[in-house]
Amino acid sequence: MKPAPFAYHAPDSLEAALELAARHGPDARCLAGGQSLVPAMNFRLVEPTVLLDLNQLSELDYVKETRQGGLRIGAMTRQRRVERDPAIARLCPLLADVMPYVAHPQIRNRGTVGGSMVHADPAAELPVIAVALNARFRVRSVEGERSVDADDFFQGLFTVDLEPGEVLVEVEIPPWPAGAGWSFQEVARRHGDYALAGAAALLTLDEDGRCQMARLLYLNVGDRPVDARKAARQLEGERVTDQAIAAAAQTAATEEIDPVADVHASVGYQRHLARILTARTLRQALARAANGSRGEG
Amino acid sequence: MRADLSVTINGQPIERQVEPRLLLSDFLRHELQLTGTHVGCEHGVCGACTVLLDGQAVRSCLLFAIQANGHEVTTVEALSDGLEDLHPLQEGFWEAHGLQCGFCTPGILMTLLPFLEENPSPTDSEIREAISGNLCRCTGYQHIVDAVKVAARKMGENGRS
Repeated sequence: MKPAPFAYHAPDSLEAALELAARHGPDARCLAGGQSLVPAMNFRLVEPTVLLDLNQLSELDYVKETRQGGLRIGAMTRQRRVERDPAIARLCPLLADVMPYVAHPQIRNRGTVGGSMVHADPAAELPVIAVALNARFRVRSVEGERSVDADDFFQGLFTVDLEPGEVLVEVEIPPWPAGAGWSFQEVARRHGDYALAGAAALLTLDEDGRCQMARLLYLNVGDRPVDARKAARQLEGERVTDQAIAAAAQTAATEEIDPVADVHASVGYQRHLARILTARTLRQALARAANGSRGEG
Repeated sequence: MRADLSVTINGQPIERQVEPRLLLSDFLRHELQLTGTHVGCEHGVCGACTVLLDGQAVRSCLLFAIQANGHEVTTVEALSDGLEDLHPLQEGFWEAHGLQCGFCTPGILMTLLPFLEENPSPTDSEIREAISGNLCRCTGYQHIVDAVKVAARKMGENGRS
């Protein structure tokens, strides 16, 4: 239950971090908040020979509003800061709402936005929200920079589109869709624990009250954030009636999610939860969209 | 390979050379004999090892000691010098029977210290959420919630935190 030995580097600039990442390639692991990596190292599930501690990189700790009204969040921004940031509450209420579900306060004090994304736990909330909001990830290496859509970034269980030598530096969230209603809900055995299942809904209505755009994302029911596109398309152009919600929930829960049973929940129970959570989140998102409320409600 | 560590622990500057893989929890207990910080699960679930890093509650088993370089760490030992000088938070736990075996208590106290400074009169559900990252297997939590309310009242009365 103690980590294996490693060489430790704590670069004080991104440039220095990228050089070290390039030099050590696949032997190096980046240490962000350490709330997932250090447990894995304590169990010796992961034994990096070189650890690049990014915690000196204050240049990656920021929340900025873009000119278009979106957000740019530095990869080393602590989750606790995101939870309390007034710009995030105002510009991206879905992200603000989800933060209290991300583990426990002690974890959020250390855990970072970038760390959670790169860890890519299918039970984590932040990757689901990134995909729901069509976020883009800025990735740097000594070679240069590239940008990846959240949907392409998450490739599978704990697997992301990041090569050795590359470091995630920023998450960019596009402007909030005008008038969108949102909801995030999950079922966990204890608040802050990994959820048995969770769902995020985002939708906009046209002037006739028909669904214009819908996004339905799920956590812990697949090997990555599950995007229920078929269920969302079913809603688009329609009135979001109880029947339409039930039909979308049925599609998502039976055709689109791919849960793996564990000791806490059978596949049948997870499908049940997905159905219930779809209905609950859609109803809440619908009410918020109908109120045209933003940041509250 | 050892690295130089310079850290302030409970107000005292400490200089040591440490192996980078040494966890902060083990550094506190084995190198500084500050055994008030307990180690339960050692993977960030139980909360027994919670300490303050620059005033914020964190799991000391998920930090390498070397990461505290240049920072301030506060452990449960900072709360009081002994039975005659209990912190109001500790008095609250004493009076409301907020512990039985006491294993989880240091982590719970250190979790609650910044919480009560920020939220001096919390509701029951806020208290339960605040301690959701701390496991107690004895008390069923009810007495802990009561203890926090007693402590909050005491801390409000004498203005000490």
